[in-house]
Formats: sequence, structure tokens, C-alpha cells
Amino acid sequence: MEVAFYIAGIVAVIATFMAITRRNPVHALLYLVVSLLAVALVFYVIGAPFIAALEVIIYAGAIIVLFLFVVMILGNVVVRPAELDRHLQRPLTYVGPAALGLVLLGEFIYILVRGAPGQTGPVAISPQELGEALFGPYLVGVELAALLLLAGLVGAYYLGRPKQPGEPEGETDGDRSA
Amino acid sequence: MATVPLELALLLAGVLFALGLAGVLLRRNIIFVLLSIEIMLNAAGLAFIVAGARWQQVDGQVMFLFILSMAAAEVAVGLALVLQMVHRFGTVDSDVVSRMRG
Repeated sequence: MEVAFYIAGIVAVIATFMAITRRNPVHALLYLVVSLLAVALVFYVIGAPFIAALEVIIYAGAIIVLFLFVVMILGNVVVRPAELDRHLQRPLTYVGPAALGLVLLGEFIYILVRGAPGQTGPVAISPQELGEALFGPYLVGVELAALLLLAGLVGAYYLGRPKQPGEPEGETDGDRSA
Repeated sequence: MATVPLELALLLAGVLFALGLAGVLLRRNIIFVLLSIEIMLNAAGLAFIVAGARWQQVDGQVMFLFILSMAAAEVAVGLALVLQMVHRFGTVDSDVVSRMRG
């Protein structure tokens, strides 16, 4: 189990470094997905399987897809279309994330064959304990998180809606946008 | 947690956080800045999980859940602000927005 931690940690650091140094945001997001999957594997190894699943579903699934949506909406500003096509034809851009992902896949199969973390390594904390703590002593925190998510939802809707006709313009919307 | 040394796991969290901080400081593309903030939040969550696993307490995972919901709300508002910024200034360069007019 220790080997799995070291390999996943190295993969996470390499993928994160590649993610923050790319020019093209899509390539960076590809590396960031690999990095988040590696961190999820670290969570699984050190005994937090439920958190590992949440990391894959929410971070690698929802948040990265949100980033991808915005990059796609802004396509002509962030990524020049011709540049994107040229990169797609060159296999070098996706070989790196694919290789790191294959390392993670091999490690994942190795862990599955070896057995659950509760048997070979540390004692895993079950989702049941987590739920009892969340809705017991941390109930106020859960309510505050719900309030925060509602505020985020309303704020994102307000900022992202199309401009209404007859609406007063903001002060910053002056000569630059024309 | 008995098999993995605590120091190494915290070192991993620290290195990931430093990479995210470097991304925030060095990149000017606003999308990369948001992405680096996500990396830093994730590294902080990793530190919480490591500490929770070391002492076999569930509180670390509770804190990770709070960080996760905060990151989700933050990225939604942040990306909506990026859309507004591109709409008004036509660029994702964060330096352009810092200029004052008046």
C-alpha cells in the first residue's frame, strides 16, 4: 500500500506542474483531471474511500466540466481555433496525460487485486461515521454550507444572465467594450 | 495511516499547495488563476484528510466536505465573473482589469 501512495503522489505533483505551465487551457484541464484522480487515489490509500469517491465525482467530474464549459464558451478568446486544430493533430498533447492516467489505472487495478484498505493498511473511516458526524455536532456547518451554495447559485445566475434591454449600464461598461 | 509516514503525506500536500500558489502568482490568464486556486483548496483538503487519518478522527473528512462545497460555490461565481470580464473587456488577461480609468 505504501508504494501506491508514493506513485500516486509523484503522479499528482507532475500532473499539477504540467497543469499550471500549459499555454492551452484545455491541455491544462486534462492534466488537472489526472492530478485530481491521483489525489483521489491517495485518499483511498490513506483510508478515506468515501472522500476519494467525492473527489472523483465533484472535483474531477463537476468542477472541471464547469471549467471546460467556460473555456468552450470563450473558445475564440482563450483558444485560437487554428491553434487548437494544429494541437489536435499532433499526438504529443494527449500522450502525457494518457501516460500518467495509465500509471494510475495500473495502480488502481493493483490495489483492487490486493484488497480493500481496511484489510491491508490503515483502518478506513466509513461513510456512516462521516454522516453521523455531519448531522450531529457539525449540523450548523452543514446549514451554513447550504446557505453558501445558495448564495453561489444566485450570484452565478445574476452575473451570468444575458443583458436585459433597458437595464442601466454598469460604470465599467464604457468605451472599452465598444 | 500506519503504513504511510505522516511527514511525507503532509509534504505532498505542501508541494501541491506551493504549485497552486506559484500558478496564482505567475499566470496572468484568469482561467489559470482560478484553476490554481482549485489546486490550493484541494491541497488544503488533502492535509485535513491526512491529519484525520493519522488520529483516526472523522473531523478531517467533515472539513474536506466543507472545503469541497466552498470550492464549488467559489468556482461557479468565479467563472461567471470571467464570462462578464470577457464580455466587457474582450480578454482573459487579468492585468487589463486592474487598470483604472478616471
